[in-house]
Amino acid sequence: MAVTEQEILAGLGKIINEITGIPASEVTLEKSFVDDLDIDSLSMVEIAVAAQDEFGSEIPDDQLKHLKTVKDVVNFIQN
Amino acid sequence: MRLPLGSPGAKVLAFGHYQPANVVTNDDLAKLIETNDEWIQSRVGIKERRFAGPEESEIELAVQAGGKALAASGLAAGDIDLVIVATCTLEAQIPNAAGRVAHRLGISAPGAYDVNAACAGFCYALAAASDAIRAGSAVNVLVVGTEKLTQWVDIEDRATSVIFADGAGAAVVVPSETPGIGPVVWGSAGDKYDAIIIKDRHSALHQEGQTVFRWATTALHPIAKQACERAGVDPAELAAFVPHQANLRIIESLARRLGADNAVVAKDIVLAGNTSAASIPLALSRMIERGEVPSGGLALLLGFGAGLTYASQVIEIP
Repeated sequence: MAVTEQEILAGLGKIINEITGIPASEVTLEKSFVDDLDIDSLSMVEIAVAAQDEFGSEIPDDQLKHLKTVKDVVNFIQN
Repeated sequence: MRLPLGSPGAKVLAFGHYQPANVVTNDDLAKLIETNDEWIQSRVGIKERRFAGPEESEIELAVQAGGKALAASGLAAGDIDLVIVATCTLEAQIPNAAGRVAHRLGISAPGAYDVNAACAGFCYALAAASDAIRAGSAVNVLVVGTEKLTQWVDIEDRATSVIFADGAGAAVVVPSETPGIGPVVWGSAGDKYDAIIIKDRHSALHQEGQTVFRWATTALHPIAKQACERAGVDPAELAAFVPHQANLRIIESLARRLGADNAVVAKDIVLAGNTSAASIPLALSRMIERGEVPSGGLALLLGFGAGLTYASQVIEIP
């Protein structure tokens, strides 16, 4: 069964909290990684690697730079 | 035809290092380019680094470090019969650095060659030195890692100019009855050749930061563990972990995944920047000088960089 948007969001919130210390509750769909959450490019790589371990979908670097918001990443993982 | 007997093992008898006098802080760089101390420290962990002046070539840096290692070893220049210089930033490609460094140090007619495995260069050269001694091709070897990265970096490219720096480190490697340099685990990932590259003689060094970061934090800790396994050493037995000083976040990630709970982890990048092939001997030599690591303890070295190349081995700290 496919993972739901809410399940991915919850998993992503946990990953982001572990890597950056940002509370998972602040990780909501409309947030921008750079502008709202102040996450830098290297932390984005760490998040992508952890997300791959968690959800099994690889996010290559050339795709990663196009994923600006939490929703972008959730959609990428879902598809 | 017959073969020489060689030596059962090889060990590092002494280290030496040299840094140019010119200290460049993050605030100094912020006067030249659009950057700031907080940005640099949070991304790469560097507070300051050294830039060589026009009068200090990569050869000069190597001579200074090599001379100190030789003096600390107690050997005479005439005792050295092989000189290997690891570098990827020579100003000119011909002649090699090793012959010039040897000549300046008064080492007469040694075997002399350079190794370019970028930031992994010192570990490659150390393995080559150990193997040469064990095979009987050499008796005493001077291994130097030297880099003048600033001459290949564009100061305007803040993705590289805040990271890379100049320096040199050296080791005198000698025969030993017991193994003092463990088996090397080395390899490469040529599919990522363009992740760290100088495209041609008119170009500056370019680095795909995210690609290198991802590779370094996911592909290398198994190599480090393998180097321990091949040497028959449990990571918990290590007194020091000295990875290439690429980025403090990479160093901390590698240390976490290695599980070397009793090891002092080299964080020389904070005050030295990334000096490529020089960073491992520079860091370890300074740790020895400060008395942070015990003589006779085991150190795990892990070099990685452009190529992409990597190499790792356990050594006994002199």
